[in-house]
Amino acid sequence: MTHAFVEVQQAAKRFPGAKGEEALTVFDNVSFQLDKGEFVCIIGHSGCGKSTIMNALAGLDSLSDGAMIMDGREINGPSLERGVVFQNYSLLPWLTALENVRFGVRARWRAWDESRVTEHSLAYLEMVGLADVVDRKPAQLSGGMRQRVSIARAFATKPELLLLDEPFGALDALTRGVIQDELIKIWGQDRQTVFMITHDVDEAILLADRILLMTNGPQARIAEAVEIDLPRPRSRAEIVKHPHYYRIRNYLVDFLVNRSGELRTADLDRRGLHYPRVVNPVDERDGEPDASATTNADAPSSRTPASKLATITLKETHHG
Amino acid sequence: MDRTTTEWKFSLNLRAGILAVVMLAVLLGLWEGLNHVPALGGGGAELSEYEKLMGGADETAKVPPPSEILTRAWEELSNPFYDAGPNDKGIGIQLGYSLYRVLTGYLLAAVIAIPIGFLIGMSPLMYKALNPYIQVLRPISPLAWMPLALFIIRDSEASAIFVIFICSIWPMLLNTAFGVAGVRQDWVNVARTHELSPLKTAFKVILPAAAPTILTGMRISIGIAWLVIVAAEMLVGGTGIGYYVWNEWNNLDLTSVIFSILMIGVVGMLLDLALSSIARLVTYQE
Repeated sequence: MTHAFVEVQQAAKRFPGAKGEEALTVFDNVSFQLDKGEFVCIIGHSGCGKSTIMNALAGLDSLSDGAMIMDGREINGPSLERGVVFQNYSLLPWLTALENVRFGVRARWRAWDESRVTEHSLAYLEMVGLADVVDRKPAQLSGGMRQRVSIARAFATKPELLLLDEPFGALDALTRGVIQDELIKIWGQDRQTVFMITHDVDEAILLADRILLMTNGPQARIAEAVEIDLPRPRSRAEIVKHPHYYRIRNYLVDFLVNRSGELRTADLDRRGLHYPRVVNPVDERDGEPDASATTNADAPSSRTPASKLATITLKETHHG
Repeated sequence: MDRTTTEWKFSLNLRAGILAVVMLAVLLGLWEGLNHVPALGGGGAELSEYEKLMGGADETAKVPPPSEILTRAWEELSNPFYDAGPNDKGIGIQLGYSLYRVLTGYLLAAVIAIPIGFLIGMSPLMYKALNPYIQVLRPISPLAWMPLALFIIRDSEASAIFVIFICSIWPMLLNTAFGVAGVRQDWVNVARTHELSPLKTAFKVILPAAAPTILTGMRISIGIAWLVIVAAEMLVGGTGIGYYVWNEWNNLDLTSVIFSILMIGVVGMLLDLALSSIARLVTYQE
């Protein structure tokens, strides 16, 4: 039996309830795979346990049940093979931008001499466009710059798996767009496996090869794995013109707004180990794919009233 | 626009300085002036029997005026290190003894308090186990240890140092524990995801993160140590600024007493300034 690069099998997180109450199951029976070099986003409402899954992958949190395997070895603690970019940047405030990246590089390659560590760190800071501010402390940098330092620190250590926990959640839309482009650029260079939490549907489509959709907690599940087969390299400006873009987008928004709360866990659970259903919103739809791809009334699912979707799409189309 | 820049020609600092000097001048002027007012009912009045017996109208002892104190200060400070026997040493020598005791006891306390504070801050078990003892020992006045110290150590010098040690250990210990326990979990996670060893985590992440809090404890400690040394030296005697104050009181030389009080204040301020400038080096902005 062949295994994927990262295997998560029947993962569950439960919190013991107060006296006499039942234990709270945040998520249960969550299984998925990540292939090497794949960029996977996970989307779901707050409280469905995305962050717990990510922290467990990072080795910072433990699961109540299930197994996580990377490259044939069980994940049972933090490792330099899994780099993390936290939502709140987690830079060390007493170090400059350069020293923060050096911190990671030096931990990774202990035998390197100082000049090599500095050179390597500077190269990655340059890649995220921070060559001019490497000597500033985090407090002297804007939120966007701090997150770029954090991204540079994570990518500079060249981990096998990169975990991004809503890295752009605290940034304004303009800054977010710029850093997304930088992330694509830096990812395109080394093609590491990336697992990323996001709340932004457009961001997920722009970056991901596959998007995992989670139902609402408690007792959340990964309902589907949506394949994004838009051609790479992608850019924010071009991607919205692609005929499939809005079909995918509407499908995702529909899931988040309607189906994530409606789907019953009982419908999703099957006996034993199973992986989420693979969905390609473009193939799923009947009729010719190109004709009305960008119109708002283009409902991906017969369950949703077209008018409802149209308003959501109008309101949220701020990129592009 | 800012009021201070539109209505005033001078900077805030300059105006504050002028105000401080004016207040000082008024206060010293009053003090000086009151010393020269002739005593009421004195002067031409008849001398009482007692005064006759005592050899005339002796002035009642007064707090010496600032002018006398300034003169004394000039004398003392122009030759601070003279040594004319056990009871007559320059102010510099006396302050030197006190500083030596304070710094020895203080540094010993730091060497012990900071590692133990680290341990308590890192380990909830150690915190729970040691906390009751700390809570009992901490409120004890450091001078209460003096008899016990003298009995056990049998050396007044070392006992004074011990008293400084015991009074400066608590703020450093508690602040270190507090600072270490309060290090943001995010930063610890950064260390964990980079596979730092516990020792490296302690030195590269926790120590710099807790340093400002630790330095606050050290600053409180040096202040307390300087307060306590005066009292301790009054008890153990021999040398030091505390002994000097008490000795001059026994000599009824109030001019020297006031002068040495001022010197205690100045040195205390300098110690605090030194610690605060070190604290500035390790402070970071989040």
